[in-house]
Amino acid sequence: MENNLLEIKDLYVNVGEKEILKGVNLTVGSNETHVLMGPNGTGKSTLGYAICGNPRYDITGGDIIFDGESIKDMPVNERAKKGIFLSFQNPLEVPGVTLSAFIRSSLEQKTGQRMKLWDFKKKLKETMALLSMDEAYADRDLNVGFSGGEKKKAEILQLLMLEPKLAILDETDSGLDVDAVRTVSNGIKIFKERCEGSLLIITHSTKILEALTVDTTHIMESGVIVKEGDSSLVDEIISKGFEELKAGE
Amino acid sequence: MEEKIYVDDIDRSIYDIKDVEDDDFRMEEGLTADIIKKLSEEKDDPDWMKEFRLESLKIYNELKIPDWGPSIEGLDMDHIATYVRPKSNMENTWENVPQDIKDTFERLGIPQAERKSLAGVGAQYDSELVYHNVKDEVAEQGVIYTDMESAMKGEYADMVKEYFMKLVPPSDHKFAALHGAVWSGGSFVYVPKNTELSIPLQSYFRLNAKGAGQFEHTLIIVDEGASLHFIEGCSAPKYNVANLHAGCVELYVKKNAKLRYSTIENWSKNMYNLNTKRAIVEEGGSVEWVSGSFGSHVGYLYPMSVLKGDNSRMEFTGVTFAGNGQNLDTGAKVVHIGKNTSSYMNTRSISKSGGISTFRSSVVVNKSATGTKSAVSCESLMLDSESRSDTIPAMDIRTKDADVGHEAKIGSISDDAVFYLMSRGMSEEDARALIVSGFADNVSKELPLEYAVEMNNLIRLEMKGSIG
Repeated sequence: MENNLLEIKDLYVNVGEKEILKGVNLTVGSNETHVLMGPNGTGKSTLGYAICGNPRYDITGGDIIFDGESIKDMPVNERAKKGIFLSFQNPLEVPGVTLSAFIRSSLEQKTGQRMKLWDFKKKLKETMALLSMDEAYADRDLNVGFSGGEKKKAEILQLLMLEPKLAILDETDSGLDVDAVRTVSNGIKIFKERCEGSLLIITHSTKILEALTVDTTHIMESGVIVKEGDSSLVDEIISKGFEELKAGE
Repeated sequence: MEEKIYVDDIDRSIYDIKDVEDDDFRMEEGLTADIIKKLSEEKDDPDWMKEFRLESLKIYNELKIPDWGPSIEGLDMDHIATYVRPKSNMENTWENVPQDIKDTFERLGIPQAERKSLAGVGAQYDSELVYHNVKDEVAEQGVIYTDMESAMKGEYADMVKEYFMKLVPPSDHKFAALHGAVWSGGSFVYVPKNTELSIPLQSYFRLNAKGAGQFEHTLIIVDEGASLHFIEGCSAPKYNVANLHAGCVELYVKKNAKLRYSTIENWSKNMYNLNTKRAIVEEGGSVEWVSGSFGSHVGYLYPMSVLKGDNSRMEFTGVTFAGNGQNLDTGAKVVHIGKNTSSYMNTRSISKSGGISTFRSSVVVNKSATGTKSAVSCESLMLDSESRSDTIPAMDIRTKDADVGHEAKIGSISDDAVFYLMSRGMSEEDARALIVSGFADNVSKELPLEYAVEMNNLIRLEMKGSIG
């Protein structure tokens, strides 16, 4: 399976003493768009964190293969450099570090070279315009005092600037107004077109998917994937809800 | 990342390179009237100064060592050489400074800094200034920047006599008395009326000799309507013998004058830094302190501002970083005397690997000081559970209309924030250093760029090897 960017094999993950993921299997191919849905508290975010390497999430069994290599013992920053990006559900505020300096230094980590300031500023400005972000945010401290919408846009801005191979979007659309969701959705589409990257989108709604073509939908319950299908599965869930869908099986 | 963080003593290699001691003159250790007389002769003091020293020694012997702060038991005054004169007369061209001393300052970046953005530089090596230079255009404006010894004997002798240790009298505390008795070196600055210096003046203090004391005196007078930014940097290599720094800074800010006084202190970690700094501000004047304290084994440092004139103001911005084996007791004091005066203190303290950082603030509002506004804000960051951070605010308000506020926050580095930064490719060490630098950006924002860079480098050095 040369084409597989991400392979999650029988993954077990604990947070503290509690087992959250109980044998997850999931495969994402190159340039594919996957949607991960499921009731609250079933382990969707845990899967995102485990893929990107949050040390608080203990992998107790199984493996994560990215680009043909097991990454389960790799520190989070190494995974990022390999091309994994997580858009946080609640991006953290870091005082004293500007959004622009943070993106520039992340880029430097990834590419091993410092981008010329002029080129960087130009690209940043253009990308912010795509996301209808006020330029002033570039020089503000990372997420400090940003509204919920601006925080999410700042995540997509990082996505577009860093150009990873795999982007995991953890409820990037939650708490956003209609216009903001549309902007974010367009941003994700641009990422797909520009970078031919893969997406794993964790969401409860279809709004964020409007600009995208979904290849596969996964439904998670109680720490395992219970159902997989194509994009039509998303609509089915939205109209019926998880309970009814389960009852119908 | 879940593991505990251990931090070794930092790599201070640049600062720790010791030069071979090659002194012209080294005082016998200990403190007696005879030694003071000898020092005074050696320095060719005017008579009044000789008397002043002997009187200060008397006061020193009468006063008790402070018992309310960190222990200074490791300091044995009988074994601190008070006066070490390097083998050099003062020079005003860099080429003429002796090679070993020059190398030291080159390593520390002093002449480079001067070339870049300073109006004048003084470099003190052990007890004496070895280099002094003021740019021509600054001298043409009538600005005087010279070493204290020359000032005391030259054209400005009367001014020195009028102001010297009037703001910080030897009777103030034991180490002020010590300073009065053995002071040596330091800078004298006079900025004439309505003269604005757009680029900063700098002095750099370097203590190389083992078991020695540095007692430089800085006297700055900013005359009416004038403005000045003065930067002070300090460093020393580490020896196993305790060194002592008991300097004294006196700042006179006249009517409608402005003074910003910035310090980056990075003494070695066997230094007892018992420094006294004070400013008196006349009507409409302002003093701004910017202070970064990184070095020293024990520090007592509370710059004080006396807001004497109506509508005068002070601002204090500080950061203190206490690592392994360091007990840094820092803070700021303000006394409001004039009407409608204002003060603002904004400090950050960082402690790691068992370091102790204490912040003391003292706000005094006299009866005369109606319309006073004062705000104190202190944030602490503890990098592990063995470190300690305390905040000790004191307020003495004697008016009814004072608007006084105080806030204190204590926290630790959030693992989530570290994870967030790392998730974009940054190493854990860089992520932590970035968060700590960000925490201290109240100070770095106020410093000229190259100093802000130096400060961030210091933080980076301190954070190095902090991952267990």
